[in-house]
Amino acid sequence: MTEAMTLSAAPPRPVPAGEPVLEVEDLRTYFDTRDGVVKAVDGLSFSLKPGEILGVVGESGCGKSITSLSIMQLVPRPPARFASGAIRFRGRDLLKLGHEEMRRIRGNEISMIFQDPMSSLNPVLTVGDQLTEAVILHQKLGKRAARDRAREMLDLVHIPEPERRLEEYPHQLSGGMRQRVMIAMALGCDPSVLIADEPTTALDVTIQAQILALMEEIRDKLKTAIILITHDLGVVAEMADRVLVMYAGRKVEEADVVELFERPQHPYTRGLMASIPRLTAAEMETAPPRLSEIPGIVPSLNALPPGCTFADRCPHVQDHCRRGYPPLEPKRPGHVAACWESHRLPEWQP
Amino acid sequence: MVDRTTAAATETKIQDPPWHRRLVESLGDLREALRRNPTMLFGLVVLGVMAVAAFGAPYFGLPDPMRQAPIERLRDPSAENWFGTDMYGRDLFSRVLHGGQISLMVGLSVAFLATVIGLAIGLVAGFNRRVDAIVMRFMDALMSIPAILLAIALVALWGSSVPNVILALTIPEVPRVVRLVRSVVLMLRDQVFVQAAIACGTSTARILVRHIMPNTIPPLIVQATYICAQAVIFEAYLSFVGAGTPPEVPSWGNIMAEGRRFFFQNFGMILYPGVFLAITVFAINTFGDGLRDSLDPRMQRRV
Amino acid sequence: MTETLLEVEGLKKHFPIHGGLLNREQARVYAVDGVSFTVRRGETLGIVGESGCGKSTLGKTILKLIEPTEGAIRLKGRDITRLSRREMLPHRREMQVIFQDPYASLNQRMRVQDIVAEPLGNFDTGSRAERLEKVAALFAKVGLRLEVMHRYPHEFSGGQRQRLGIARALALNPELIIADEPVSALDVSVQAQVINLMMDLQGEFDLSYLFIAHDLAVVQHISHRIGVMYLGRVVELTDKASLFRHPQHPYTEALLASVPVPDPRRRKKRTVLKGDVPSPVKPPKGCHFNTRCPYAVERCFHESPALREVAPGHWAACHLR
Repeated sequence: MTEAMTLSAAPPRPVPAGEPVLEVEDLRTYFDTRDGVVKAVDGLSFSLKPGEILGVVGESGCGKSITSLSIMQLVPRPPARFASGAIRFRGRDLLKLGHEEMRRIRGNEISMIFQDPMSSLNPVLTVGDQLTEAVILHQKLGKRAARDRAREMLDLVHIPEPERRLEEYPHQLSGGMRQRVMIAMALGCDPSVLIADEPTTALDVTIQAQILALMEEIRDKLKTAIILITHDLGVVAEMADRVLVMYAGRKVEEADVVELFERPQHPYTRGLMASIPRLTAAEMETAPPRLSEIPGIVPSLNALPPGCTFADRCPHVQDHCRRGYPPLEPKRPGHVAACWESHRLPEWQP
Repeated sequence: MVDRTTAAATETKIQDPPWHRRLVESLGDLREALRRNPTMLFGLVVLGVMAVAAFGAPYFGLPDPMRQAPIERLRDPSAENWFGTDMYGRDLFSRVLHGGQISLMVGLSVAFLATVIGLAIGLVAGFNRRVDAIVMRFMDALMSIPAILLAIALVALWGSSVPNVILALTIPEVPRVVRLVRSVVLMLRDQVFVQAAIACGTSTARILVRHIMPNTIPPLIVQATYICAQAVIFEAYLSFVGAGTPPEVPSWGNIMAEGRRFFFQNFGMILYPGVFLAITVFAINTFGDGLRDSLDPRMQRRV
Repeated sequence: MTETLLEVEGLKKHFPIHGGLLNREQARVYAVDGVSFTVRRGETLGIVGESGCGKSTLGKTILKLIEPTEGAIRLKGRDITRLSRREMLPHRREMQVIFQDPYASLNQRMRVQDIVAEPLGNFDTGSRAERLEKVAALFAKVGLRLEVMHRYPHEFSGGQRQRLGIARALALNPELIIADEPVSALDVSVQAQVINLMMDLQGEFDLSYLFIAHDLAVVQHISHRIGVMYLGRVVELTDKASLFRHPQHPYTEALLASVPVPDPRRRKKRTVLKGDVPSPVKPPKGCHFNTRCPYAVERCFHESPALREVAPGHWAACHLR
């Protein structure tokens, strides 16, 4: 336990070939509230191939969490409703499935881990109870077999002394351990899709590094497709193969990770990248440069402006931007963005 | 820079909104709450009708509730006597309406007194450890005596009159309010905004009044409605067992107590005050539940 | 520029854990365990560390929101360690605070103008109108519109609420502001606004900051010098350039290596520290980092290293340097 382990992070790789395991098409998750219709997710499409890590980036309220809850169909209906769209998982549209069928998929073929591992674990059940529950339910394993499987899973997520941990309660574990248990639970049934919603936000950086390494390892071992939802561009840059940027409920840009970070086409993506302080040599000068800001705040989702939703905060805004929402168009090979002015943006310098 | 901003500030007229605008604002909030919460509106309307009936009774041209007419005793309901008459020939409808005065007055007074006294004690107890240790043991002792027994004992001690009944019903309610206030204070004391106040130099007394007290008000108002409902029932109960308002005063408890003996001749003497009592308590509780829902911060709209 | 504003010496804060029927002290949380540093006028000292390292407790202890167990806190040369809450009042003008959670740190039932005016009311004898004038000036200073002065906190976004918190901290013209994770609850784009604002205000009012945060990149951006905390102790303290170029403590090294870099071409060999941070109730004997340190030797397990000057102006607590 005294030596640090050195893991090499996988270099970014081309998007794997093959049939997508999950396809989201024109998903619209609307909430009917007293103050009007809140368009939390508005016309989102993307697809996910086996073994791929798709990073979904955006700030609070951009719809990234509602997207994942929509895929799992964990949004409360009402007030939410799916105004349109399809979520195709292995060819079946999840939005058309009944409760019972959905229950068989959830936690079995598509699993999810959340930001706060403590609140998603039941405090009065032991780790072992919770780990075996899903396996018994979905895989129809006996108690004994489920127990073995649980121990295997704890081994997979590198929890030392799994035998002892199975008997412990969530509060006896550290934050990092809890997240490992959550991941073990999510992987218990060998899902083909893992949705990770801010999985490391509540964790310390040294623990975050451990969990990220673990997720990468799992992807390589089990070929699980991962949707990694985060607000942290650093995490995305280190983990994702492809990145989808969301703003005010819509996808504003999508590209391979290197392409996105080197040639961002949407002013919002650029704004995000410019606004994070970086650990670079230039920063070490005595007078650090001002961070570039994105002025203003996100528009409220029940009163979106008619044109581009980013227009009010955009440094490159033109009159016509306020008239119509820009279509998502390919700007470069394998790179789409929703911006009227992207061809006129200056050369990007990180 | 400072000068320029100050000048700009003066131009845009900085002042508090005038009181009438603030009043209109909060009335608007109440109207909005009622619109969103029809059960609360229902409770409020029923209570309003009750109050008008009780306190307006003297002006409705009804027979005097005290006027005896032995010859008309124990009549069935009729066009003149809607609920019939009691054993002294007094008009039961008039007596039931007038009886509401006592019930509502006792209910409101007890709720108000218990809340105010409990708030003061609870605030101090929540903030001062030494006071807390003494006061709370006393409150625990008080709470260990059944409320109704304590009230009966107190009225027996002081003699039966309306103010004594109010006091006797208030005392057992105080500990419950104190506990509520204290728990809110203890919770708030470690909140970040209280620390922020300490850090910017606010004195303890001011923290209590400006930061802590306003936050105890919403749960207190809700608690007050329950105390009110409870007191209405207890007042009737005290009168019923003969330890409440003096027997000559019409109150729902007194009327029902008298009706015991004449149950087979005119059961209306028990039925009508009982129904009025039940409706009133139900209305108060409905209103209280509605208040609780609309004062819940989770229900507050965000602008 | 070298005038010392705040001096902390051997500061300790231990929280007793009571338990059992007799309510005896059963254990102690060694939240802050012997911390020393100074903050100079006009300087930002960043304190960085992971959750449970005691950095927030450190801030609260210096503010005298909790009583220190041992050590000394000197503000402009005067010892405030043992002052009572009442005796602290005059010193509060010189030292203000910005909290992490801009929602919880504002009283939801007060109008924002009254929140910002509160410190003025505590010290100023000026009339209410004069105070409101001053509040208006503060609003302008932190970039809030004057029309919103009589609104309530819930009507503001997170970034705007943090501006309110900054306005309140500025109201008394303090010389030192202790900022406890002031931007970690904010979205990145808003975070940049608040950091810029804080840096602008520092230039304008010659403020000193004690900037407590867990985000290394943020801390290194705003700070002149940085102290790294681990399990209640400062393990390294130096100017930011040397900290990032030549980290001396293995923990600092690991911390720097763990921060994800927003550049997919620079995915690097990640050094992953094994294990978890030990509980501050039972910190390991000797060097607190010895359970996770890749270089630990015999000596690290029974002798705790002192914070020594390993290079001019560069302090580290490690036996191996």
